[in-house]
Amino acid sequence: MSVATQDTALRTGRVSRAFIYLFLLLMALFYLLPFGIMVINSLKPLSEITGGNMMSLPQVWTLDAWRSTWSTAQIGVEPTGMRPYFWNSIKMVVPAVAISTVLGALNGYVLTKWRFRGDTILFGLMLFSCFIPFQIVLIPMARVLGLTGLAGSTTGLILVHVVYGIGFSTLYFRNYYAVFPTELVRAAMMDGAGFFRIFWRILMPSSGPITVVCIIWQFTNIWNDFLFGASFADFDSQPITVALNNLVNSSTGVKEYNVHFAGAIYAALPTLLVYIVAGRYFVRGLMSGSVKG
Amino acid sequence: MASAPAQADLRTRLQNFIPKLVLAPSVAVIFLFVYGFIIFTLYLSFTDSRILPSYNLVGFENYSKLFRLSHWTTSITNLAIFASLYIGISTLIGLALATFLDQKIRGEGLLRPIYLYPMALSFIVTGTAWKWLLDPGIGLEHTMHLWGWESFQFGWIKNSDYAIYTVVLAAVWQSSGFVMAMFLAGLRGIDNEILKAAQMDGASNFQMYRRIILPQLRPAFLSAFVILSHLAVKSYDLVIALTGGGPGRATELPATFMYSYTFTRNQMGIGASSAVIMLMTIAAIMVPYLYAELREKK
Repeated sequence: MSVATQDTALRTGRVSRAFIYLFLLLMALFYLLPFGIMVINSLKPLSEITGGNMMSLPQVWTLDAWRSTWSTAQIGVEPTGMRPYFWNSIKMVVPAVAISTVLGALNGYVLTKWRFRGDTILFGLMLFSCFIPFQIVLIPMARVLGLTGLAGSTTGLILVHVVYGIGFSTLYFRNYYAVFPTELVRAAMMDGAGFFRIFWRILMPSSGPITVVCIIWQFTNIWNDFLFGASFADFDSQPITVALNNLVNSSTGVKEYNVHFAGAIYAALPTLLVYIVAGRYFVRGLMSGSVKG
Repeated sequence: MASAPAQADLRTRLQNFIPKLVLAPSVAVIFLFVYGFIIFTLYLSFTDSRILPSYNLVGFENYSKLFRLSHWTTSITNLAIFASLYIGISTLIGLALATFLDQKIRGEGLLRPIYLYPMALSFIVTGTAWKWLLDPGIGLEHTMHLWGWESFQFGWIKNSDYAIYTVVLAAVWQSSGFVMAMFLAGLRGIDNEILKAAQMDGASNFQMYRRIILPQLRPAFLSAFVILSHLAVKSYDLVIALTGGGPGRATELPATFMYSYTFTRNQMGIGASSAVIMLMTIAAIMVPYLYAELREKK
């Protein structure tokens, strides 16, 4: 009679339940393994990787690779370490996320509470911009950035990320505000409240969750971007993903695997931290980008 | 008294104007940087642009050249292999994980984030991790040899016939957890009463899946397909980090082709035409999907 108490579960025997647990655990191992190996091997001296087993724990635990990756590793031509690139990413990601989120909130508000003829088509056009292959805009974007003097600058990258981030941020706020009671907005209008007052006083106070979702999504996307960084950035604006790729793929001579792994962890850490702290919102962001497109 | 309604009228008209004014910058930016740029690239694809844009029209020459290039045909063949395996395997794994996780599993709260965390990583990070893990010299093969399995061979990443499958492996690792999350949300949305009723009527597990659960997951299947296929066409970073398009050209995809023809080989016209093909591929999938989604909402 166990069926009656498990409302979602199907009838499963002991053997199939064991199989299910085994499968789920093996898959967990599959997902954990690559990152686990990176962590373990970033804590080894290089000789233990080249002369030893990647799957075994370090005999000598050391933070040397972490230290040299951060401040002295050769990236491109300069032995600067990942540090300047980490800051480049921060300088790019913070304004880009802030601007695209604010614009997305305002757009979502207009598109749901101040509807006008053709607003759905406009939204559709904005939404499609999220999915274009960015190769289609690379050439003209390079021209525009060159002509405006923004090529190779952090400002240029911020512009690019805001432009191609608006679609998603608008999507989030539009879907969220669509189910927000319009009567409240109407009532406030009757009382003479204006456009911004209604937004500030009525919608903003309950926009917390979706703002978090939007910020997390934009942060993850922009931090992880490689294509725009590789195409439009200079030495003093290259984001960390480009630096990581240079570190791993253009190193001549001895391949310092432990340094590569430490570099990859530096590049992964911010988004991973966000995921650990606010994973719930991250999942929600992924879902509203798809299921309820 | 007469001025009051007129004032009110002005106020409402102003009020009606503000929303459009607020939306205007975003719309302008999208029209210029997305649709204007698409038209510009489309135009360039019909010109003899080389290192710099040229406005000299040459008709469909770039397109006919493009499809005669073995580099391009390799890229689209690779994309076909990569996309179908990536979408198929991710969907299967995602569905299996979601189905099993939905069986009142102890520790679900711990397992779910483990399956999903790769989605938070950059493809460059994923590529780096798998690049060395699959490297026969230091990675899995080497480990197996040290563990005494001397004959074990796993050198796919260095083999031009198999390297594309390592890209599939890394990409599946990155996104199958996401597919799991979509299916799990779908499964949790199914009405339990229906399942219970079917169970009372003596339906087997298989029948319940076949007749009730899978049909109800149709929207999740569709979303997963659309999301994964657009990710597949856009795949660039992962290949760059994992194989750099090699060995040889074994893992070149349209995105890497476009980049190298435009920016390193100075064949901008051909690069632009390849970008147009990529856009059309994605539009063929996304436009009907978005159209249907937005129509339903009304």
